[in-house]
Amino acid sequence: MSTGFIFALTGAILFAAGVAGVVLIGHLLRRILAFNLMGSGAFLVLVGLAQRQDVVDPVPQAMVLTGIVVAVAATALALALVRKLHTLTGQLELPDDVDA
Amino acid sequence: MKRFSLVVLVLSLASAFVFFLGGAMLELGPTAIDLRAPVAAHLAESGVTHPVTAVLLNYRGYDTLLEIAVLLLALLAILAVVGRAPASPTRAAHPVLQALARLAVPLMVVVAVYLLWAGAFRPGGAFQAGAVLAAAAVLLHLVGLLPGWSRPRLGLRIGLAAGFALFLAVAAGLLTQGSLLQYPPAAAGVLILLIESGLTVSLALILAGLFLFLSCEAEA
Amino acid sequence: MLEPLFDPLVWLILLPLTWAMLAFVLGPGRGAWLAIAGLATQCWLAFVLAQTVGAGGVANHVVGGWGAPLGIDLAVDGLSAAMLLLTQAVALPLAIYARSYFKSDDPAGTWFWPLMGFLIAGLNALFVSADLFNLYVTLELVGLAAVGLVAAGGGAQQVAAALRYLFATLVGSGAYLLGVALIYGAYGTVSISTLLPLVTNDTPLLVWIAGGLMVSGLMLKTALFPFHFWLPPAHGGAPAPVSALLSALVVKASFYLILRLWLGPLQTVLPAFAWLLAMLGAAAIFWGSWQAIRAVKLKRLIAYSTVAQLGYLFLIFPLLAGHGALEAGVMQIFAHGLAKAGMFAAAGVLIKATGQDTVAGLAGAVERLPVTMFAFGLAGMTLMGLPPSSGFLAKWLIIEAALAQGYWIIAVVVLAGGLMAAVYVLRVLRQAFLLTPASATLTPVPRMLEWSAFVLAAASVLLGLRGVELMQLLGAMA
Repeated sequence: MSTGFIFALTGAILFAAGVAGVVLIGHLLRRILAFNLMGSGAFLVLVGLAQRQDVVDPVPQAMVLTGIVVAVAATALALALVRKLHTLTGQLELPDDVDA
Repeated sequence: MKRFSLVVLVLSLASAFVFFLGGAMLELGPTAIDLRAPVAAHLAESGVTHPVTAVLLNYRGYDTLLEIAVLLLALLAILAVVGRAPASPTRAAHPVLQALARLAVPLMVVVAVYLLWAGAFRPGGAFQAGAVLAAAAVLLHLVGLLPGWSRPRLGLRIGLAAGFALFLAVAAGLLTQGSLLQYPPAAAGVLILLIESGLTVSLALILAGLFLFLSCEAEA
Repeated sequence: MLEPLFDPLVWLILLPLTWAMLAFVLGPGRGAWLAIAGLATQCWLAFVLAQTVGAGGVANHVVGGWGAPLGIDLAVDGLSAAMLLLTQAVALPLAIYARSYFKSDDPAGTWFWPLMGFLIAGLNALFVSADLFNLYVTLELVGLAAVGLVAAGGGAQQVAAALRYLFATLVGSGAYLLGVALIYGAYGTVSISTLLPLVTNDTPLLVWIAGGLMVSGLMLKTALFPFHFWLPPAHGGAPAPVSALLSALVVKASFYLILRLWLGPLQTVLPAFAWLLAMLGAAAIFWGSWQAIRAVKLKRLIAYSTVAQLGYLFLIFPLLAGHGALEAGVMQIFAHGLAKAGMFAAAGVLIKATGQDTVAGLAGAVERLPVTMFAFGLAGMTLMGLPPSSGFLAKWLIIEAALAQGYWIIAVVVLAGGLMAAVYVLRVLRQAFLLTPASATLTPVPRMLEWSAFVLAAASVLLGLRGVELMQLLGAMA
């Protein structure tokens, strides 16, 4: 198994772990961390799978750079929302949706 | 009990997914298309010598344009969420920390400028340089030398938008002699460096802003 | 082909990006007139583009001059042109509405204009892109703008709803991105036009997994049952113009992508899931309508109605093999987009005027706010599927396509959905026709609010009379 494959497999595991985390975990900061894990997993798969024959391909690397920036933007927005929720309610978990 | 069964369900789905995905990845043959050849073939007329920078700013420059829009948008959304927070007074840290920060920041600026220039022929470029500059700003804030930001005034707004505006202007300007973002090979290098410089300044401000606009709320 | 400088395709993306940025620089609360002028120009551009596509077939723009698979291609066929038309046609009246809606010191309106600009730019960029990774970036642009609009200036409930929406949309894009990564690993390209000939009948398992991931992610973003949990709080809690934009346009963008993948690069893989999607669509119709019938708050009712109406869109997937299903789907997108925007706009007026946000608080609305209730009624007509509205035309086309292929069960679901929609729409109208209680107060609202809601709702009905042109445009699919 080449290095690329190992990266891709690790990416798949991280992605699944990240999604499981976002779905199952209640604490908002940890959910954001899980989302980042999920994103990193997807990036690893993108780069690892493309380079599975041990060749260096610049296109997925550039795509991952773009993806990292987008993930940073999303994380920042998520953190701002969590901060605001904490300021307003003192909680760090999402309140149950009061259906009305 | 209900929670436990949900956890078991999700974890077993996740494991099954990884198992199938791993198996599917292993049975892949070679790809039909190999983009390394065209990337290398056109590298000479792309204006830079590093293939990743060429992809990022030339071949797939449109992705980069939209990505800057995403960053600026995230900052906007944060401003909309945070609202009218008062400017908090800076808490000065230990004088030794402040002295260390004062030493580190000029070095960081030099590293950033180098990263920007080196992006043409080595890993580097506007994003990396902007990130280092933003880190310098956050460092200054953490030691109490830079106050947190509340509502951005006109100068800051112009600085935040300038890099994106420049990129848009160049992209639109290039429409007069070809398609969107079609750099003429002779001017490609200069145009890319120009765009990257503008982006570095804006990115530094946006990334720093992602932190500094939030920091007002805590102390309020 | 048009000279590149005046290519409407490109300007539909550059123009909103420009006015969004300028609105930001102008400062908090500013930018309304810039946005309205920009959107008016964009309406005209979308119209010109639709005419070009209708006559010639497909409009292309090769970004950077490189050409796929090295560069990114932008392509507009009949489907994309129709979506672009809908986006500008809904955004312009909503912009006029929002200008009067947000009072000058309203925190929700402070950065509304740049956020809306980026949202529209992202939507336009999404509808013209022919590159899978570029589509991911546009999805994020749209998603983050939508979350920002929902959360802006809100209290704890709104922020919680925005966070729920953000997590759902991020998991959705993450799944989509993993799918793109797998496709790049399998084929070495992410360009749709290059992929089309490569994906043959004997697709590897990896592409099946990629297809499943991408569609699941997009289903999460379209709030298809059972992934709809984030929609009612987000659309129900946001300010009225934001709810209108989200229900009318943003959820349709991810649906458009599912269609694009279905008809394009993943056409050998996705049709196997047609009946699964149709069943989930039927579940969405029944569950969403039931919750709307039970809803206490007006905007929650309308949000649940969105969940139900989106279900109709997923009913067309088993029918795509035959003729007429695509036209039915697009007509439903148009009908729902216009009607839902009008309905949320009308609800916004009602809530502002009466000061109450429940259905029960609408007593006497007909005598106090006749134009607005008429708008609500017209929009309700479209949702119920009464002739001659475009909603009727859409449902008629779905039933026709279903019966032509022998799937009468789909026709039954459509009719049942129409009946349930009638229940919740008439519930609101009945309340509005009651006499005004003595204690009710009425805050005057600007005329512009009522009339922009009316324009949207009336458009949804009148479109039913001119549906033929839209169908012709769609006939120009590549």
